[in-house]
Amino acid sequence: MSILGTRVVRAEDPRLLTVGGTYVDDLREPALVGAAHATFVRSPVAHARISSIDVQDAREAPGVVAVFTGRDLDISPSPPAPMVTAAMARPALATDVVRYVGEAVAVVITDERYQGEDAAELVMVDYDPLPAVVSGEDAVRGETLLFPEAGTNVAWTGGAEQLDEHLFDDCEVVVTQVIDNQRLAPAPLEVRSAACAWSDDQGQVTLWLSTQGAQAARDELQRQLGLEEGQLRVVAPDVGGGFGAKIAADPETAALCAASRRLGRPLRWVESRSENMIAMTHGRAQHQTVTIGGRRDGTVLAYRIEVLQDSGAYPRESSWLLPILTMNMASGVYAIPKVETAARSIVTNTTPLSAYRGAGRPEATAAIERAMDLFASEIGMDPAEVRRRNFVAPDAFPFQTPSGITYDSGEYAKALDTVLEAAGYPDLQEEQRRRRERGDPLQLGFGLSAYVEITAPDNAVGETGRVEVGADGSVTVYTGSSAHGQGHATAFAMLASDELGIPMDRIKVLHGDTAKIPKGAGTYGSRSLQLGGSAVHEASVEVVKRARHLAAELLEADEGDIVLDRDAGRWHVKGAPATAVSWGELAQQAEGDGGLAADSDFSEERPTFPFGVHLAVVEVDVETGAVRLVRFVSVDDAGRVVNPVLTEGQRHGGIAQGAAQALLEHMVYDADGNPQTGNLADYAFITAAELPSFELLPMETATPLNPLGVKGIGEAGTIGSTPAVQNAVVNAITHLGVRHVDMPATAQRVWAAINEAKER
Amino acid sequence: MQVTIRVNGNNTTHEIEDRLLLVHYLRDVLGLTGTNIGCDTTSCGACTVHLNGESVKSCTMLAAQADGAEVTTIEGLAGSDEMHPMQRAFRENHGLQCGFCTPGMVMAAVGLLREQANPTEEQVRSGLEGNLCRCTGYHNIVQAVLAAAKEGGAR
Amino acid sequence: MIPAPFAYRRAGSVDEALSLLAEHGDEAKVLAGGHSLLPLMKLRLAVPEVVVDVGRLQDLSYVRDEGDAIAVGALTRHRDLETSDLLAREAPLLSHAAGFVGDPQVRHRGTLGGSLVHGDPASDLPAVVLAMGGTLVARGPRGSREIPAADFFQSLFETAMEPDELLTEVRIPKPQSRGWGFEKFNQRAIDWATVGVAVSGDQRPAIALVNMGGTPLRATAAEQALADGGSVADAAALAADGTEPPSDLSASADYRRHLARVLVRRAVEDARGRA
Ligand SMILES: Cc1cc2nc3c(=O)[nH]c(=O)nc-3n(C[C@H](O)[C@H](O)[C@H](O)COP(=O)(O)OP(=O)(O)OC[C@H]3O[C@@H](n4cnc5c(N)ncnc54)[C@H](O)[C@@H]3O)c2cc1C
Ligand code: FES
Ligand code: FES
Repeated sequence: MSILGTRVVRAEDPRLLTVGGTYVDDLREPALVGAAHATFVRSPVAHARISSIDVQDAREAPGVVAVFTGRDLDISPSPPAPMVTAAMARPALATDVVRYVGEAVAVVITDERYQGEDAAELVMVDYDPLPAVVSGEDAVRGETLLFPEAGTNVAWTGGAEQLDEHLFDDCEVVVTQVIDNQRLAPAPLEVRSAACAWSDDQGQVTLWLSTQGAQAARDELQRQLGLEEGQLRVVAPDVGGGFGAKIAADPETAALCAASRRLGRPLRWVESRSENMIAMTHGRAQHQTVTIGGRRDGTVLAYRIEVLQDSGAYPRESSWLLPILTMNMASGVYAIPKVETAARSIVTNTTPLSAYRGAGRPEATAAIERAMDLFASEIGMDPAEVRRRNFVAPDAFPFQTPSGITYDSGEYAKALDTVLEAAGYPDLQEEQRRRRERGDPLQLGFGLSAYVEITAPDNAVGETGRVEVGADGSVTVYTGSSAHGQGHATAFAMLASDELGIPMDRIKVLHGDTAKIPKGAGTYGSRSLQLGGSAVHEASVEVVKRARHLAAELLEADEGDIVLDRDAGRWHVKGAPATAVSWGELAQQAEGDGGLAADSDFSEERPTFPFGVHLAVVEVDVETGAVRLVRFVSVDDAGRVVNPVLTEGQRHGGIAQGAAQALLEHMVYDADGNPQTGNLADYAFITAAELPSFELLPMETATPLNPLGVKGIGEAGTIGSTPAVQNAVVNAITHLGVRHVDMPATAQRVWAAINEAKER
Repeated sequence: MQVTIRVNGNNTTHEIEDRLLLVHYLRDVLGLTGTNIGCDTTSCGACTVHLNGESVKSCTMLAAQADGAEVTTIEGLAGSDEMHPMQRAFRENHGLQCGFCTPGMVMAAVGLLREQANPTEEQVRSGLEGNLCRCTGYHNIVQAVLAAAKEGGAR
Repeated sequence: MIPAPFAYRRAGSVDEALSLLAEHGDEAKVLAGGHSLLPLMKLRLAVPEVVVDVGRLQDLSYVRDEGDAIAVGALTRHRDLETSDLLAREAPLLSHAAGFVGDPQVRHRGTLGGSLVHGDPASDLPAVVLAMGGTLVARGPRGSREIPAADFFQSLFETAMEPDELLTEVRIPKPQSRGWGFEKFNQRAIDWATVGVAVSGDQRPAIALVNMGGTPLRATAAEQALADGGSVADAAALAADGTEPPSDLSASADYRRHLARVLVRRAVEDARGRA
């Protein structure tokens, strides 16, 4: 029986549970013995010219080895994405102008960790304040420019150049809403960290980095540091979460490597949480205007979304990738005849933006799913019914959207029905009616979200896999994918075990070391299983093929007569199981010939499109505005499931993060660009006490695009849950005249919305 | 100053800076890196250890305050067993992903059961309010603690 | 983040603590559970030169029945308040509220004395002690003195304590009536109160507010209305009268006033329900 699809507990857990993982700060490598500590000095102001940096006092403080400013270190600036003007390039350490609170201006190197914080306080920087650009409107107005040479604060524009005045001409009903998809802090529980050691002759350098992709980090850093290909080895030890914000390397890492080279001493850097909240990239931060129109019978005819993407102070991939993904996924699960999208990315004096779980797709889903509810409420139809009437039909796949994207497969109505049935939708409606009649202070609300998302959007980049059988019959799997909690070591071992018939405990999965895996893309965009997993699968198939050839030689039989007994993990001639050869023997046989191994570089022709339906139930205390999420029911169809334990875990985590955006989390700046939620006491990170257990329903619709039939699941939970929860909050208080509540739907906001409706 | 702290059953004595936090004593002086640091505002609980059998946040204690006390970290939880029932329950219920919150979460969970042997789901949830996890959505953590309660997880 | 350097001194007795405080004056800070002081020191918002650890003074950790009052040692931890049978019987408002302070780990370290001396208007227990008409006992080089809770909290983070004094005990008169109520409104369970309400008594209760100004406050207008026989709803409508609540990230002043009115109504109704 195949192990695929069964509930296998994780191989990686015993170590994590008994002694804890080995994160960068835990490394005790010989090469890091005597490593000094790096502490960055960061700007306390949002926008200013640096008139001077005085490091004298800091240099004389106890334990200080060196203090470097941007002028001391030779690092090429990070160019913005190719589509953005080069005038918006970012230096590793700010030299002339600081553009956000938290931007690094100097680095202090000390013998001991504690000395770094003491000495960093002694670096005196004179800031000549400039007006801070914080709001989107200010940025667009352009009175103050972050990069005067660029001549504008607009970093990128995309989509329709001119809006179509006639888009909604056929519609009986048109609804418009401005939606703030607020700025969030990714806040992986492990902050950013890195350690670096150069060889004595400085020809080689090893960087241990908390990253989602060692190879991409290597390429970027080699360029910034002016290194030859092959000089830099990047190793990802255990990584305590990433959520998109640890893709590749940040400027601090380049500074660390450069400082280490200057000093000829290994260095380690572990930021504090307060630094992490303002200096690690943020996510979301989209200001949207959505318009939806259709007929009173529930048919949606046209939809428009205009996106203003805040890129923060330095445009990264965020400035174009996030709005592009939002525009691509604009029409969601619906067959809407006319869809128009337009986007602009701006720079502001705030922390730079980048990917955060979902990266552009949650923003698309939040917009269309809010719009569907607004439309439903405008025509007085049940939101479930409006959705059903507009779904892309199951026989329409592959389905090309007006945005030009081709969805591979989907069963949207089935997902909706499954969720409504499990949730007891009519009972919920009844209970809501009862509470409304009673005038209960605790009102019930339920909200739906039907989503489709794109996984492995960079399908053509592909992923590498290598499967190697050792002389002892054990297996090593190498993957370019880069786990940081997802459970690759378990899933990928299952894939290899299933093909090879070798038990999982004999299979080791390696990732995140450029010396061992020179080519790889990493883990992001829910790509790991479909690309990396497919590569491991293909390599395993190839190893079996080679093994069959070797077995035929050893057993002196025809390849066609050779059988792999997967239960026993041995090879024999058909009908003669008594004379069998083991994997180890075959590997020994292949030793002279490059060993028994195979490589694969798997890419997909097109991305895949997982989908699902989420239903959230909330209770709203209408006297205080307090919201409590009481139930959460979901279908998340990500194609075939290799290990339900892992997919459920991904869904749980995603749902919680999405609910946190809907209810609690918000990275807030004041008008001068000072972050107001710069630590975990002020930033409302969701806890167990704010969440219910989740009711997950199974559903699998295979994709034809890869041999495993799998789609991505890493971000689905987040994408689906946010609008479900937001819609539920609004639904609980529509009878009081409330039409929309922006996220996060804090108690105060809900209370204010109820008051406003009363006054209207 | 000099402190003597009994950690995981062994007496440890070291000369330390007065301001040394207990978490750094464990991690940097003793090399017990299982206990993690996730914040600087006593919010996340990644640093949770047991002080004389009760859960505490080791980032918000001076090593000096623990002088003479008994400290248990994730490394010492199972004693001579392979795993403590709580550790087993976390594994069986997939109560961890990246593992960063895990040592603190497990220690907090054991502390919780010691004070409340048969908690309801709601009690587990509020009992873990001082421990943040970014990966799991807490669902499986709660399942793990409820399962451990049946399997001697209070030990 | 780590505290700036300081000298650590551990007191083995109350007298030793007092002489250490006398010796170091303004430069010294008392360290009890450390769950207000150390977080401030880690962010370098507090930089004492000397820290006097009184955490070992076991003789200041107790809950005792003294006839018409309950005496609680200043070093009694939140966890011990929460689980004290004596308090549950004689002053349930205090033990109940203690269970809402921070999270379990915080309650294993933080002390009643620290909560009071810290003088944070967002803290729960100062309002509870105020509502219950507690008296605080401070010892210093000039001997012991008793300070009624009503005089103790002076302004934001300022109390009647002198730098050379140690809080040793809190006396809570046994409530005359059985009713009590406690409401803590926060965004997440782990957060401090956006607004909180402690009600001691039922027909003519004392009502104290958390986070409605620079100190814990009595809702005197509401108390008066109840004492005059007004309805709970009418009295609660006066709950925010005379307060100047802060506007911050978690709530505007207006919203806090509104919450105070709702929570006072609920807490008084609860108190009457328990009577
Ligand atoms: C994450 C977290 C969440 C929290 N949530 C809440 C909450 O929801 N509600 C709440 O009320 N509190 C909360 N607190 C605060 C907690 O209750 C503190 O423990 C308490 O406020 C202070 O008590 P302590 O013993 O720790 O005092 P310490 O931190 O040791 O001292 C606090 C102050 O009081 C002085 N002091 C202490 N004891 C004495 C004494 N006997 N004599 C003279 N001076 C003294 C100190 O010098 C210092 O200035 C929270 C704390 C944390 C870290
Ligand atoms: S590190 Fe101790 S609570 Fe976060
Ligand atoms: S498992 Fe990653 S933070 Fe909890």
